[in-house]
Amino acid sequence: MSEDKSVTRRSFLYITTGTFAAAGSATLAWPFIDQMNPDASVKALASTEVDLTPILPGQSITILWRGKPVFIRRRTSEEIAEAKKVKLDDLPDPQDDEDRVQNPEWLIMVGVCTHLGCIPLGQKGDYNGWFCPCHGSHYDTSGRIRKGPAPKNLEIPQYVFLDDNTVKIG
Amino acid sequence: MSDNYEPSSAIGKWFDKRLPLLTLFAGHVLPYPTPKNLNYWWTFGGILTFCLVAQIVTGLVLAMHYIADADQAFSSVEHIMRDVNYGWMLRYIHANGASMMFMAVYIHMARSLFYGSYKEPRELIWIIGVFIFLLMIATSFMGYVLPWGQMSFWAATVITNLFSAVPLVGESLTNWLWGGYAVGSPLLTRFFTLHYLLPFLIFALVILHVWALHVPGNNNPEGIDVIKGSQDTVPFHPHYVVKDIFALVVFLVIFAGFVFFVPNLLGHTDNYIQANPLQTPEHIVPEWYFLPFYAILRAVPDKLGGVILMVSSIAILAFLPWLDTSKVRSAKYRPLYKQFFWLFIADVILLGYLGSQTADGLFLIIARIATAYYFVHFLVLMPLLGFVEKTKPLPKSISEPVLSKEEREGQSTQSV
Repeated sequence: MSEDKSVTRRSFLYITTGTFAAAGSATLAWPFIDQMNPDASVKALASTEVDLTPILPGQSITILWRGKPVFIRRRTSEEIAEAKKVKLDDLPDPQDDEDRVQNPEWLIMVGVCTHLGCIPLGQKGDYNGWFCPCHGSHYDTSGRIRKGPAPKNLEIPQYVFLDDNTVKIG
Repeated sequence: MSDNYEPSSAIGKWFDKRLPLLTLFAGHVLPYPTPKNLNYWWTFGGILTFCLVAQIVTGLVLAMHYIADADQAFSSVEHIMRDVNYGWMLRYIHANGASMMFMAVYIHMARSLFYGSYKEPRELIWIIGVFIFLLMIATSFMGYVLPWGQMSFWAATVITNLFSAVPLVGESLTNWLWGGYAVGSPLLTRFFTLHYLLPFLIFALVILHVWALHVPGNNNPEGIDVIKGSQDTVPFHPHYVVKDIFALVVFLVIFAGFVFFVPNLLGHTDNYIQANPLQTPEHIVPEWYFLPFYAILRAVPDKLGGVILMVSSIAILAFLPWLDTSKVRSAKYRPLYKQFFWLFIADVILLGYLGSQTADGLFLIIARIATAYYFVHFLVLMPLLGFVEKTKPLPKSISEPVLSKEEREGQSTQSV
């Protein structure tokens, strides 16, 4: 800064006015951005209860939770064994089968491919788990990504078993 | 060019003195000096303007009958097709019009690439053009979602999920876009709003595009500057007005052929099935005009990497004026570039084909090679050619090649 460009009362006023105008505009922009976020009615549909009685081992159902499909699979003992014997080093997104289930028989996960959001097909693919037809991601019997472009395992939603035959998702 | 323009009528004079609209129009349309050697590849600017207006007009009337709600969108489109007077025709014009517009824009861009129209002093025209292309992509994608068929729904899902590749904020960003936790009604409504808005932004950019064009004037097949005040130019009206109209009529014959004989040829049958969030179709493909970019997305085994590469494949176009180091514009005088130009076109068509196939095995390997070549073309070949290529001598004026050709032909007839 050269000496002759001293800070005057005028430059102080310019800077303060400009700063307030900028801060004010930024604050006002927020409602216009936030209106696009999930609204109260969408958030209100956050949990779903499911009756598990009709599902036999080796069967699965798909339910809609928050507009997304959720797979509920009653796994066979072979599938559980297969999921348990996988070494963590073989996994792109390492996670133990125990960390993905509350009860090994019931695998509950969001049925949305972690690549670009398609719905994987059940009991297909190289690992006898799920296979996404859109871009070829293979998931194993624990819903973990094994091969293909998807970066992560199928997401596990929050859920609690209300009793032996009822689960509450969300 | 229009300094001496004066409206002939008294009302015209009165109006023009207060708001010089007539002078503006006269300066940019009627006597606007245009190189006299423009070929039919130069008619696509006019064709595109027509397409844009046609899309806006048909879109406006379709919007009078369409309902942007997940429960009613699909049936409202069927209502347009079956009940609304001429609804089938208006919708087929609008849907095929998007395809025709992309067909025209790809030819328009290829013409720029071939004749070097993006080079100094026309860089800004080209860059504005790239932005128009980006807006066209966004607009057509959102429009494709509106009928809320299976392909609409899953296209929306896959494309909005691209944003989930953004590190850290990916998930909140997609939820913000969706207005929920999955693709649904809120997204459909906002896509409809934006689909309505964007064509007007495109229109504004088209005005800037033409304005920027009218500063240096048109490039031409020889790629050399016209000599001011010479006989190199002809007035835009009537010469190019008539030529553009003729080309447009031929284009409209093809357009009408699609609309009236094969209106669903370029679409996908699955889009006549209502959107079902619980079932992804066996084989999802985007519209034909996105296939090359889709192939690039799938060629990369990494999610974020694929998204970055796909975005770069379009963004790289904006830097072309500086990636191309050659001073010579037209490929007519660039023997090496001419060959690489056609190789590049072949590469894009190959990528388009691969985008329509399943991405595994041999197809995936070829897609990776073709993707690599796409970027090599821009990042290696274009900068390098300017240094290694021996270009042919440029003519002194745009009349010279024509005159010398006539002379040669005159001599040969004499010798016979």
